[in-house]
Amino acid sequence: MKEINMKTKSEPSKPGCSAVKKPRFMKSFRSNNLISGYLFISPFILGFIIFTFVPFIYSFYLAFTNYNILSPAKWVGLDNFKKMFDDPFFWTSFKVTVKFAAVQVPLKLTVSFLVALLLSKTTSFTGVYRTSFYIPSVVGSSVAIAMTWKQLWGNSGAINSILSFFGIPPVKWLANVKTALYVLVLLGVWQFGSSMLIFLAGIKEVPRSFHEAAIVDGAGPVTRFFKITLPLMTPCIFFNLVNGIIGSLQAFNSSYLITAGTPLNSTLYYSLYLYYQAFNYRKMGYASAMAWFMFIIIVALTALVFKSSSAWVYYQDEGK
Amino acid sequence: MLYPLFWMVFSSFKPTPEIMLTSGQLFPRSPTIQNYIVGWAGFARLTFGTFFKNSLFIAVIRVIGVTLSCSLIAFGFARIPFKTKNFWFILMIITMCLPGQVIMIPQYLMFNSMDWVGTYFPLLVPSFFGHAFNAFLLTQFMRNIPKELNETAKIDGCSWFGLYWHIILPLVKPAMATVAVLTFMSSWDDFYSALLYLNKPSMYPVSYALKLFSDEASTNYGPMLAMSSLSLVPILILFFIFQKGLVEGISTTGIKA
Repeated sequence: MKEINMKTKSEPSKPGCSAVKKPRFMKSFRSNNLISGYLFISPFILGFIIFTFVPFIYSFYLAFTNYNILSPAKWVGLDNFKKMFDDPFFWTSFKVTVKFAAVQVPLKLTVSFLVALLLSKTTSFTGVYRTSFYIPSVVGSSVAIAMTWKQLWGNSGAINSILSFFGIPPVKWLANVKTALYVLVLLGVWQFGSSMLIFLAGIKEVPRSFHEAAIVDGAGPVTRFFKITLPLMTPCIFFNLVNGIIGSLQAFNSSYLITAGTPLNSTLYYSLYLYYQAFNYRKMGYASAMAWFMFIIIVALTALVFKSSSAWVYYQDEGK
Repeated sequence: MLYPLFWMVFSSFKPTPEIMLTSGQLFPRSPTIQNYIVGWAGFARLTFGTFFKNSLFIAVIRVIGVTLSCSLIAFGFARIPFKTKNFWFILMIITMCLPGQVIMIPQYLMFNSMDWVGTYFPLLVPSFFGHAFNAFLLTQFMRNIPKELNETAKIDGCSWFGLYWHIILPLVKPAMATVAVLTFMSSWDDFYSALLYLNKPSMYPVSYALKLFSDEASTNYGPMLAMSSLSLVPILILFFIFQKGLVEGISTTGIKA
């Protein structure tokens, strides 16, 4: 029906859009949609098959083999998984990663949410603040910042210098089993900028009329926060939560660059241990089994969060 | 908030022994550019000029690959009505959430069996096959362009490619710039693929070179901080130029995801 709309407001004919061939092209349009569609998305389909799907299946196969690249892969059944559950380092790295995620995710969510709330209130300097809060996200994952972080928290680094100014004796942040992991957590939390931006955008979407109506009804700022802002923000919280969980369980850079798992494996991330198994010891099968274990954990956790979401995530267009 | 960044930059102008002695004070007592001269000289008889050139080369090729492939993919998803489209679109979103670890090892083995380890191919080729996040971002932007444009173009006998190239692409230039900048930045930061796939120092990008540089001269903080600061300059310049687009890009995908 739409094609009948032929008032032919002769568009300035662009090169490549010759009006002469009109009839033939019009007919072929619909029949060619499928082919054209596939042609346009073909980079994705090809890339998906070559770089995602085949490796994904291959990785599953590798998890049941012994493979060191030099000699052909040997099927060993569930051996890798048995070995894994008996491997104390595997459990150490697993616990370190869970602890890392359990501290970093809520901390980062809270900080980014609170800062977003504060920024949504002020008007004159919001831009400047927003920029300076966002910059750490831009540069934070770089090697340069990791190296600087290492020096800042070093034995005679800036943090200890500042503490000594207040009369607090120096702490060996990165050499202490109790503190090293938290130094890395802080580096992650420091990069709260991008989740803050998502929250900020979410806060802006809350209709002003809701607040105005509530004020008329005599609701104070605290009530309005808990009854209006927070419920409407739950989709953003949900998005950041899922992102945060997936991201932090796969953390690699900060440990590899700053502590390399020390002291006493207290910062041995799961993915770092996996990397060592794969590329230092060439245990491709064992590392694949580890990768699949983490994959299952991530899928299960994400599914759990998704499932719980119906209880606490509020979508406006559900028409409640 | 920005203290670590300032600390890095100001310390890079202090003589090395002074950095840790006066680590609590921000400003150098007697500023010097000696660290930059020593640092630039690099290691393995390669200056940081080589590393910067390599990083730039990798990033530019990746930007070309990602913008080209993602705009095509996004056009297919956003503008062409065809069967099974939703299936592929959902698949693309799923790949975004897929942990990289699961496919990292087979990918490495694949590139290894193709004798691509030690070349730039493993770093560059995948970017020509789309990037889920960026394709998703562009799809969202292209969807916002009124449907009527399709009809007008059809009446003019414009092919899908003509519509893509002459009409939609110019309209999403700002979003394309955002994708380009995001790609450039993540490529510039990326040391992991260099760690996996490159083995000749003359091919290393700045990120990975910096890591090795600091391993080599573990107590020579000055030159290390100087090169660290220098390595962030391109990213910060890009950030300040494209700040608005980046902020919008993140907010949009975040909300619509």
